[in-house]
Amino acid sequence: MKIGALTEVFSGESRVAMTPDSALQIVKLGHTCCIQSGAGLKAGFSDALYRAAGVEVLPDAQAVVDAADVLVKVRGPEVSEAQALRDGQTLISFFWPAQNPELLEIAKARGASVVAMDMVPRISRAQKMDALSSMANIAGYRAVIEAGSNFGRFFTGQVTAAGKVPPAKVLIVGAGVAGLAAIGTSVSLGAIVHAFDVRPEVAEQIESMGASFVYLEFDASELPDGAATGGYAAPSTPAFQAKQLAKFRELAPQMDIVITTALIPGRPAPKLWTADMVALMKPGSVVIDLAAERGGNCDLTVPDQKIVSDNGVTIVGYTDFPSRMAAQASTLYSTNIRHMLTDLTPKKDGVIQHNMEDDVIRGATVTRAYQITFPPPPPKIAAIAVQKPKEKVKDLTHEEKRAAENAAFKAQTRNQVGLLVGAGLLMALVGAFAPAEFMSHFIVFVLACFIGFSVIWNVSHSLHTPLMAVTNAISGIVILGALLQIGSDNWLVVTLAALSVLIATINIVGGFLVTRRMLAMFQKS
Amino acid sequence: MSIGIVSAAYIAAAVLFILSLGGLSGQESAKRAVWYGIAGMALAVAATVLSPDVANVWIIAVMVVIGSVAGWIVATRVQMTEMPQLVAALHSFVGLAAVFIGFNADLEMSRVLALDEGSKAMLIGFAKKLAHKDAIEQSILRVEVFLGVFIGAVTFTGSVVAFGKLAGRVDGKAKKLPGGHFLNAGAALGCAVLLVLYFGGAGIWTLIAMTLLAFFIGYHLIMGIGGADMPVVVSMLNSYSGWAAAAIGFTLGNDLLIVTGALVGSSGAILSYIMCKAMNRSFISVILGGFGGTPGPAMEVTGEQIAIDAEGVAAALNDADSIIIIPGYGMAVAQAQQSVSELTRKLRARGKTVRFAIHPVAGRLPGHMNVLLAEAKVPYDIVLEMDEINEDFPSTDVAIVIGSNDIVNPAAQEDPNSPIAGMPVLECWKAKQVFVSKRGQGTGYSGIENPLFYKDNTRMFYGDAKKSLDALLPMIE
Repeated sequence: MKIGALTEVFSGESRVAMTPDSALQIVKLGHTCCIQSGAGLKAGFSDALYRAAGVEVLPDAQAVVDAADVLVKVRGPEVSEAQALRDGQTLISFFWPAQNPELLEIAKARGASVVAMDMVPRISRAQKMDALSSMANIAGYRAVIEAGSNFGRFFTGQVTAAGKVPPAKVLIVGAGVAGLAAIGTSVSLGAIVHAFDVRPEVAEQIESMGASFVYLEFDASELPDGAATGGYAAPSTPAFQAKQLAKFRELAPQMDIVITTALIPGRPAPKLWTADMVALMKPGSVVIDLAAERGGNCDLTVPDQKIVSDNGVTIVGYTDFPSRMAAQASTLYSTNIRHMLTDLTPKKDGVIQHNMEDDVIRGATVTRAYQITFPPPPPKIAAIAVQKPKEKVKDLTHEEKRAAENAAFKAQTRNQVGLLVGAGLLMALVGAFAPAEFMSHFIVFVLACFIGFSVIWNVSHSLHTPLMAVTNAISGIVILGALLQIGSDNWLVVTLAALSVLIATINIVGGFLVTRRMLAMFQKS
Repeated sequence: MSIGIVSAAYIAAAVLFILSLGGLSGQESAKRAVWYGIAGMALAVAATVLSPDVANVWIIAVMVVIGSVAGWIVATRVQMTEMPQLVAALHSFVGLAAVFIGFNADLEMSRVLALDEGSKAMLIGFAKKLAHKDAIEQSILRVEVFLGVFIGAVTFTGSVVAFGKLAGRVDGKAKKLPGGHFLNAGAALGCAVLLVLYFGGAGIWTLIAMTLLAFFIGYHLIMGIGGADMPVVVSMLNSYSGWAAAAIGFTLGNDLLIVTGALVGSSGAILSYIMCKAMNRSFISVILGGFGGTPGPAMEVTGEQIAIDAEGVAAALNDADSIIIIPGYGMAVAQAQQSVSELTRKLRARGKTVRFAIHPVAGRLPGHMNVLLAEAKVPYDIVLEMDEINEDFPSTDVAIVIGSNDIVNPAAQEDPNSPIAGMPVLECWKAKQVFVSKRGQGTGYSGIENPLFYKDNTRMFYGDAKKSLDALLPMIE
């Protein structure tokens, strides 16, 4: 099959869906590749590079559309592009089917199959084609770089001969892929990073990246169930929201950089950073709103623009962060596309098999054979297991701890006293009947058991095998019994005793020798 | 040598034995400790032989020489992977000796009691002691003999079966005769009845019958316990051999035997306790064999096992700074410890941190893995216990699991319905990357699916552990 990549027509879009590297990999699947002339130019891939990789460079979009069986793109198609699709052709790109029903209708009417990269289900197997995540990763990184270029100070704290510089304080709202990438980047630049998310289960991830999680006091029942939405955030309750905003108001004056990444699937972005919070911030601070395309998390955000508020806070509302790193974004996106093609070409023979039984392909396909196949049925495999937040161990107060300790101590005392009394009674019973000689031996026995217990507890775990060998050897002490009996006048007794001496000796000699051998092997480095 | 001096020698021997066990708290002091044990044993035997209570010294000499040679041959020839078998075999010897000595005691008792006063005065050794016993003491003696023989007989057949299982001569799977533990209970009840008869003076046939029943109990009990529970079984038999010696000590009225038997018995009991705790199972449930019913359906494991080849593992190891290796019984089976050691040496030479994490029940014997690694010249200070290393996994680049399964099963923590729920496990899945060297896709001893193999950061390195590691070695640079 022929895979063709188009130049992006959306203004300002610099990415491209096929790179020379990805083309080489696609050819290995048995396909051939073509590309519209100049498609990779803004991402730094010239036509010559594509030719060198064996990609056919065609003069215009029409030629690519005519030649290719599978079209790959980054942005969803324009109406004109969708109308150019033909029966049996496949389009792989972002599509946003829920927001673009008219495009869906056009594609259905044209009989084309559309694989929406934004509909790839979030399961482990599909991570390699999760273009949303790879783009969000870039956006998160770029947001920090953008913030840095608009922020007049260092990220990292320094003490120099020319004075002390405090470290920048960064707040990241929303710890999805973009948020985590932003955390990682800010931490590695040396900032003090705080992060907030409505899903308490991501606290661990946030902390693992080196940021501190902003905790809210709330009742767990107020929280939406994170697992039900496939790992995405769900809208929160008004009470919860009020607490959240109060916390942000408290943090606003301290923060130098705020990066908001909060998105709820299929809804406008929640307003989390209100105008009064911006007013509370210090002049020179920066707000980067990664949700600008969906209305923005900040009240003052103007999409695609950088504005400065009355009190000197810069608010960046760019919507094209991935495109601003076109080379990197194209490399990752084209790899996602290539993985999708790998799944569509299971036999690597250049024949696309659109297997609608496959969870990933089924989920991503939104139209096929004059049918709209959106929304997909729930996948057979559950989304990546989003764990319920672990029950937090309640910190006991000092008194409670003391009480628990006392109770444990009392229980232990009761136990021990009970055991001692029981054992004492048993002893008394034995003593009442047994002769004196037996009792004197019994004392020795009980004491030896106690010594044994206290000595053995100290034995190092790594020496348990030598311990067994040496106890084996010394349990050969039964030889003494045989030695004392061997002087008998009964031939049977002598024989049995002699045999006992023999096997006990094997035990003693073998046990000690093998212990010595083993212990000699233990060496320090 | 007078009785007083013999007693003094016994006291010294008992102290030396205690020091010998106490010295095992550290690797260096252990090397001295074994000499304490040898000295104690030599002292005890020499004092007994030279005491006025012993005759037929020439028989003793012959037997000791033969036994020493046999013991020496066994000790020098045994492979370190065969240690579990050897230990089991040695336990069976103690058990058998205890049975013999118990029978002797009974035979002597009947003989001595039949003698007249004149000949009684001529007796030496054990027989002399018997001659002075009154009726109550004789009854007590009977009980002691009976107990000694019983424990000895169970230890004997139990150890023989354990030996067969560990050596691979008997199928390692848990097997029970129809009737299961009711058979054991019935046999034990029979023994109790025989004890009453014997107590009443029914004669030596009761003792013989009881011995046969006890042989059966030992055999059937251990046959019903499966492969991975062997560490508990071996520790338990170790304990029994000690109690058998102690029971013989009571029979003979010999304090050194009692002390030594009690030391060995408590040692085995503690080892069993540690092993059971490491598996989060009660001693009873291990002895009853198999895993109990589960309270609900096991958590479903989703995902797939992803294989990797030697190049992939080598590339990850070359990039890693910190590596933890988790050996299990599979390493011993494949005799891969030398290759593991070589791999460790190479990685350490590149300045990487390599450590070993040992689960208490890894292998078939308590401390089995430590001995194997020591044999392969892995320094003991990088071989750590579970509690020492479990917290370090999140900061580890690569964890390599070699031939272990249940001890690295995350279901123990994540799935409350898992049969091994609550068992402490090595949390290797918290490492950035996990490689599992495994022969095939099967489950472990417990037959439980292991979600570790399906985790995103786990790669399966299929094949014989030794061959896989040997293929890996030249690629470490």
